[in-house]
Amino acid sequence: MKQEELISRLSEIKGKLIDIEHKANNRIFLMCEAENAYAVNKFLFEDVPLRFVIATGIDSDDCFEVLYHFSYDETGSVITVKAFIRDRENPAIESISPFLPAAEWIEREIHDILGIDFKNHPNLRRLILADDWPEGVYPMRKEVKK
Amino acid sequence: MKETVKKPVLAVGPFHPLQEEMEFYQLTLDGEKVVDIDMRISYNHRGIEGISEKLQFDQVPYLVSRVCGICSASHPLAYINAVEEIAGITAPERAQYIRVIVNELERIHSHMLWVGLAGHFIGYDTVFMWAWKYREPVLDLLEEITGNRNNYGNVKVGGCREDIPNEIIPKMLKELDKLEKKTAMLTKAVLDDPIIHARLKGVGILTKQAAIDYAVAGPTARGSGIAIDVRRDDPYAAYADLDWNVISQPEGDVFAKAVVRLLEVLEAVKIIKQALKKLPDGPITTEVKEIPPGEGCGRAEAPRGETFHYVRSDGGNRPVRHKIRAPSYVNVPSFKASCIGGHIADVTITLAAVDPCYSCTERLAVVDGHNNVIHNYESLLQLSREKTARIKKEIGAPEWKLEDI
Repeated sequence: MKQEELISRLSEIKGKLIDIEHKANNRIFLMCEAENAYAVNKFLFEDVPLRFVIATGIDSDDCFEVLYHFSYDETGSVITVKAFIRDRENPAIESISPFLPAAEWIEREIHDILGIDFKNHPNLRRLILADDWPEGVYPMRKEVKK
Repeated sequence: MKETVKKPVLAVGPFHPLQEEMEFYQLTLDGEKVVDIDMRISYNHRGIEGISEKLQFDQVPYLVSRVCGICSASHPLAYINAVEEIAGITAPERAQYIRVIVNELERIHSHMLWVGLAGHFIGYDTVFMWAWKYREPVLDLLEEITGNRNNYGNVKVGGCREDIPNEIIPKMLKELDKLEKKTAMLTKAVLDDPIIHARLKGVGILTKQAAIDYAVAGPTARGSGIAIDVRRDDPYAAYADLDWNVISQPEGDVFAKAVVRLLEVLEAVKIIKQALKKLPDGPITTEVKEIPPGEGCGRAEAPRGETFHYVRSDGGNRPVRHKIRAPSYVNVPSFKASCIGGHIADVTITLAAVDPCYSCTERLAVVDGHNNVIHNYESLLQLSREKTARIKKEIGAPEWKLEDI
């Protein structure tokens, strides 16, 4: 599959996206709302199929962002799904671990550092925070970092 | 009463002063068969992603080279690929070649370290001594170029810190010739050995499907028939100009991973020799004024697999978010697929096969339902070595000891 074919495959999921952005060479960003992230990720992993790399959790200006990075190795592309979680009080998003075991750790990590609830995660225990770290304090949130 | 009859649990880890990474494995056993594995990490969480947001763009490479002592060239390079992508900078050609040379030297010493330790784990200390002996001159070369045997700190945004003086190129080529001969000999000795075949083949198999589900990287993926390599797939530095092969093996067992690593050492030697011969003249840095707002994904093929860095800039002098994914982060959870169903004597070498960090297994203890320790690290290592000895006997290999030679 060449780069053009990849881009046309990605446009199949357009209905669930806010925008598709091409940055630099081989770097594609798919923006979506949190509720569509599960379907978009499932499409990328199972149907395209792409290799999962990692996810990044960010405390952004007025929302939380979860970035799911995928790699398409034939053309060396990184495809990033940028999901926006607008609810700052009770941030939650559907877990992708049930179909993608590789995401289990990183979802636990993002839960630790930002307090985002990954719904239907098989095992949302602490991963990186110490046992005596206080409950409800999320070290990568802006208010804590200050 | 039923609840007191528990399956024995094997605790591996978490602390040892020699460990690079603290990890804890809990293996549930049925007889000598592993039926479940649970992992805990982050005993030594240093918050590097958080610290990175407090440093300036040009200070971060020196921080991320400390993510891992062995991969201290790959992490800064992946970070720099991301930052150069945001700023649209291309480093001078000579710097691109130097980046290749330092990264490949790193790959050689890391793989040699693995081969030696893998030999040690199965009771083949001769392999250990050979591999580590041949690794030493590689560290000397790295010291000569960068000033350090590890933590080279040689890349910076827009180029390299230290040049390779043209005068040392003939000496480097000579050392590499020697290394190539010795590695070829070691590779042949290891791959032709019937006992190593019998001991490592079919052990700790990670199937291709499991490798996809756990999204493993590097030699762990290439040993399971997935021929991915960022150096070829998403070329950075000068890799696109050089002629080399991606090594992969379909079997997915420990032996396949050993083959991949050994042959990759020879490929790395090939890459460095070409790069040294083609090393273009010119400057090694370009001026970088500021990093514009934006986001970039940088990748580099570390010895253990793809290292991924995501950097976001708001136009200031520090990254607003810097995500780091080391290859072991995806390789280690694949133990769930490769260890379960295996034999307890194969656990040390299966865990070691993804090259996470050997010293992690220094603190093994088998605990039964009544919390009595019945095995410790030494006795498990003993089990692994006894299995090798048993295989030797079955094959009819001569019983040589070091004193006889």
